[in-house]
Amino acid sequence: MTVQYKVLPGPEHYLPPSAASMGIRLPDPGQGHINGRIVPEEEAMEAAARQFLMAKVPTIFPGPLVLWAWNEKAAKKATAIRHLYETIKECITPSQKPMLIPMPDYRPKYPKIDPEVEINPNHPNLTIWHNKIDACMFVGVHCHQANLSLKIIRGGTNCYTIAMCAQAGHEDAMLSFRDATADKIMRLAEWVRKLKGSVQPSEN
Amino acid sequence: MSLERIKIAPEMFDIMPPEYQDLVQKATYGNESRGWKDIGTSKELIEEHSLCAGCPESMAFRYILASLPNPEDTVMVGSTGCTSLVFPHVGIHNIHSLFGNQNAIASGLKRALTVRFPGRVKDVVVLAGDGATVDIGLDMTLQAWFRQEKFTTICFDNELYANTGGQESGLMQKGFVAKMAPIGKHFEKVRLPEIARESGCHYVVNCTVSKPNLIEKVVKNAIYIAREIGPTYLQLYTPCILEIGKNSMEGLQEMRDAEKPTERFAYREYISEPAKELIAEMTAKEKERKAALKKQLAGQNA
Repeated sequence: MTVQYKVLPGPEHYLPPSAASMGIRLPDPGQGHINGRIVPEEEAMEAAARQFLMAKVPTIFPGPLVLWAWNEKAAKKATAIRHLYETIKECITPSQKPMLIPMPDYRPKYPKIDPEVEINPNHPNLTIWHNKIDACMFVGVHCHQANLSLKIIRGGTNCYTIAMCAQAGHEDAMLSFRDATADKIMRLAEWVRKLKGSVQPSEN
Repeated sequence: MSLERIKIAPEMFDIMPPEYQDLVQKATYGNESRGWKDIGTSKELIEEHSLCAGCPESMAFRYILASLPNPEDTVMVGSTGCTSLVFPHVGIHNIHSLFGNQNAIASGLKRALTVRFPGRVKDVVVLAGDGATVDIGLDMTLQAWFRQEKFTTICFDNELYANTGGQESGLMQKGFVAKMAPIGKHFEKVRLPEIARESGCHYVVNCTVSKPNLIEKVVKNAIYIAREIGPTYLQLYTPCILEIGKNSMEGLQEMRDAEKPTERFAYREYISEPAKELIAEMTAKEKERKAALKKQLAGQNA
């Protein structure tokens, strides 16, 4: 009997397999995936919003593609991300601690990164462990670096990962959108606002 | 990334780590008269590096990065060695090539940039150690010069393979005994500055990095000449203090000793006739600019 692989929060083990090698496929336009299951995009929106509202430390990790205003679209996305962050802040309880931590570039940092102010794709677990982050969203991170980070996070932490991807999505995230735009990020913020008060923070 | 793109999205500015904020606000991108004197008063284009304490190579990196005339439109090509440990920490586009391949990579890169950005000055600078430049990559180094490729090659000459424990290199001095060359070198140091001249380089300098103002001058000359005329070559002595048995604070003195008139790093330069004309032209323009500035200031004060 074949068992369908599920992309679930870890810690899975030191070197988790890439989800693609386990048969997880990417969503088509208008879809997302949750734990590797293809779903309509709105369902993914609702699930992502719930994760943000449930998490003790809901966190957004913006990458270089949105941190740097290298074109108009990037600047608009940055505005939308800030709006999403502010919305999460407004919609959670005082016991929850939202964070917005940048991934400014991908170089390995010496002697070490400061996990309170940044995340690095070569050891994203350090930032997640240090801040006790239990749900995070990657946005504006180049595909390869996002895949690398998502796998490391799945391997070594229990953090729920969401990818707001501008391309075809990420199998290695627990929940992924594709074709991200500023509007789509704003829509996610609307979902967070819509579900405010209806989702209790996790007790784990 | 070109200058107009080096800006942080306003909504994200406050969350960026301070070194990135400084890079945008206090670095000298776009400043034509940038130079070594900016060190200490502006954000340098090198962050914490991973070289040994007191390594002269780190001084060389700081002076060179402070002297590049066009850092926002410069791509550096590196190779295997201690230099490759530094490149992840510089605020300039850079490519790490296979060991010895740096001048071949730079040739293609320079040509591609010229086609892709026809109206824009894009500088390519190779920076590699003596193993990459003279031993493993000698073929690529020479062929780029034969073809008159328009970029600058800088060799950090520490006279051995430092990163791997002290093996003999082509630029090691005759008779020198290193940790992994216990019987001493049997052959003369390769005379690459002379070979560079004969291979078609228009500007060749052999010196140490003990004097920042000198490094600024030769780096700027080399880049301007490479832009307009053809290949240029700088051979800079950056001794490996560990491999020659010195302490951290002795690197500078080692370079001063090595640049005495009878020593192997006594200042030597070769400038081709077209390059001499270009330098004269640039000097005249600089004089004019300074005179105009003086006049302007005098007018303001009157």
